[in-house]
Amino acid sequence: MEILIIILSGILVAAGVYLILSKSLLRIIIGSSIISHAVNLLLLTSGTLKNAASPIFTGGNKQYVDPIPQALILTAIVISFAVTAFFLVLAFRSYKELGTDNVADYKGVPDDE
Amino acid sequence: MSNLVVMPIIIPAITAIILILIGKRPIIKRMVAFFGTLITFISAMIQFVHVYRNGTTYLELGNWKVPYSIVLVSDMFSSLLVVTTSLITLVMIFYSYQTIGKDRETYYYYTSVMFMLAGLNGAFTTGDIFNLFVFFEVFLISSYVLMIIGGTKIQLQESIKYILINVTSSAFFVLAIGMLYSVIGSLNMADISKRISTIENQDIIVVISILFIFIFATKAGMFPLYFWLPGAYYAPPIPILALFGALLTKVGVYAIYRTYSLFFSYSGPVVTNVLLVLSLLTIIFGCIGALAYFDMKKIIIYNIMIAVGVIIMGIIIFTKESTIGGIYYLLHDMIIKASLFMLVGVIIKITGETDIRNIGGLIKRYPVLGWTFFIAALSLAGIPPLSGFFGKYFIVKAAFMEGYTWSAIIILISSLVVLLSVIKIFIMVFFGDDKNKVYHPEPYYKTLVASVIMTAIAVLFGVGSEQLYPFIAQAAEHLYDPVTYVKALGVK
Repeated sequence: MEILIIILSGILVAAGVYLILSKSLLRIIIGSSIISHAVNLLLLTSGTLKNAASPIFTGGNKQYVDPIPQALILTAIVISFAVTAFFLVLAFRSYKELGTDNVADYKGVPDDE
Repeated sequence: MSNLVVMPIIIPAITAIILILIGKRPIIKRMVAFFGTLITFISAMIQFVHVYRNGTTYLELGNWKVPYSIVLVSDMFSSLLVVTTSLITLVMIFYSYQTIGKDRETYYYYTSVMFMLAGLNGAFTTGDIFNLFVFFEVFLISSYVLMIIGGTKIQLQESIKYILINVTSSAFFVLAIGMLYSVIGSLNMADISKRISTIENQDIIVVISILFIFIFATKAGMFPLYFWLPGAYYAPPIPILALFGALLTKVGVYAIYRTYSLFFSYSGPVVTNVLLVLSLLTIIFGCIGALAYFDMKKIIIYNIMIAVGVIIMGIIIFTKESTIGGIYYLLHDMIIKASLFMLVGVIIKITGETDIRNIGGLIKRYPVLGWTFFIAALSLAGIPPLSGFFGKYFIVKAAFMEGYTWSAIIILISSLVVLLSVIKIFIMVFFGDDKNKVYHPEPYYKTLVASVIMTAIAVLFGVGSEQLYPFIAQAAEHLYDPVTYVKALGVK
């Protein structure tokens, strides 16, 4: 089961990297959020995916899954959500201000010769 | 008393929340921000004295025992960094009064600075690897806001790159933490250190450590991953640039110091050699950049890279002397970079130019500015009585003693290049023929006062380095001998 998830997150990272290397700003943002999905999946597998009860104590001697990766993922999801929201607004603003969403057209810092 | 540890984190956070709530009056915001940072600085000083008297202090949040809770650790190293960070932010807020402009002040400038201070202090104090990630995100998100605030075209273009780089490297940070957790099964840094030292097959640890170096090198602007740094730091206005240049890259350096000393010093020569090559290349490329440009901001920005390379050398050699030198140089570099950026800001404010070929002969009209800049330049290069000397002296001495001869020679040559690049600014801007330009300077006295204060701190740091030695030696102890750190936290 872990192998499957690791392959899946590998594919997601590959797709994310491919999208980040493209020129359109929206594709870049989609790529970065796909990478964060892949990373969260990998974090979930780090606590081993065993067949056990969800970590809510209801009494009885059951086996539970590891609760720590879930807490970590919860934090990571919120952070990447905030950053993605900020990034999207930034993309919108720079589209209005600069008139293009092609990152190759951004000139950036002036060179001195 | 151990609640002292949390004060430098929580006071700026509370100040930031207050700053969100009070309306749009810049004067009140200035006062609140200044006094908030002042209280932070005072509490950091109290904590510093406490750590000096009683040894490493730690706070288990929520009274859970060490490996199970998030623990905030204040040893000498982190408490020195917290004091320096709070001091620089304090002076920088005073500097911002006349430079940042009413618009930016109304739109949450001070709030972002305060959240950044909270994140930085947290990152220096935390003893938990995932909590380190969270504090990284706290100051990174505030730095995104600071980089974009004002919304000029160049800021928009550059902050997109900056955010993309940091989002990617943060994703890899989570990945690395996941891998470390699946191997070690713990998140507390002292506990991880304890368990890593007992692992026999270190191959997977080497892989994880390369991943960590990749992440922190991106934050610190080391060689293959520095490409975002010159552009991104060029975009925002001077006080923000000074905050970033003095503080942000140094957190990456701090994280490399901590993780190398606690986790990866056990895994043999591979990690050391990777770091060695990267830091030497960082120095060389920084030197090339510092010589190539005639733009004041760019010259100082490339000097950040050189300093990062030199500081990393301190942890690579990994003896008592080299870590002492690394800490000396880290503190010196935070202070002197802030002071140089401030002085450059004053010059830009007076002349309205950043290109040194268009300015000349300022020394007649602005002697205080000129000689302060001269002292700051000599201090950056490490002329003996001034502050840059001692760090480099210890590092170079350790490098010669441990057989890193070529690295030592490269470091010595790099300080010549540093001197050349800043003296080039001094000679072209302050001497030469007065180009008979009539400048209409905006009021700049407060900014000049702030930069003179910062340079004076740098000079005091140099003159008083003899008195500072016991603190720095105590700080270095936990680095070159990580077992003492683990013991201080009582991990069994």
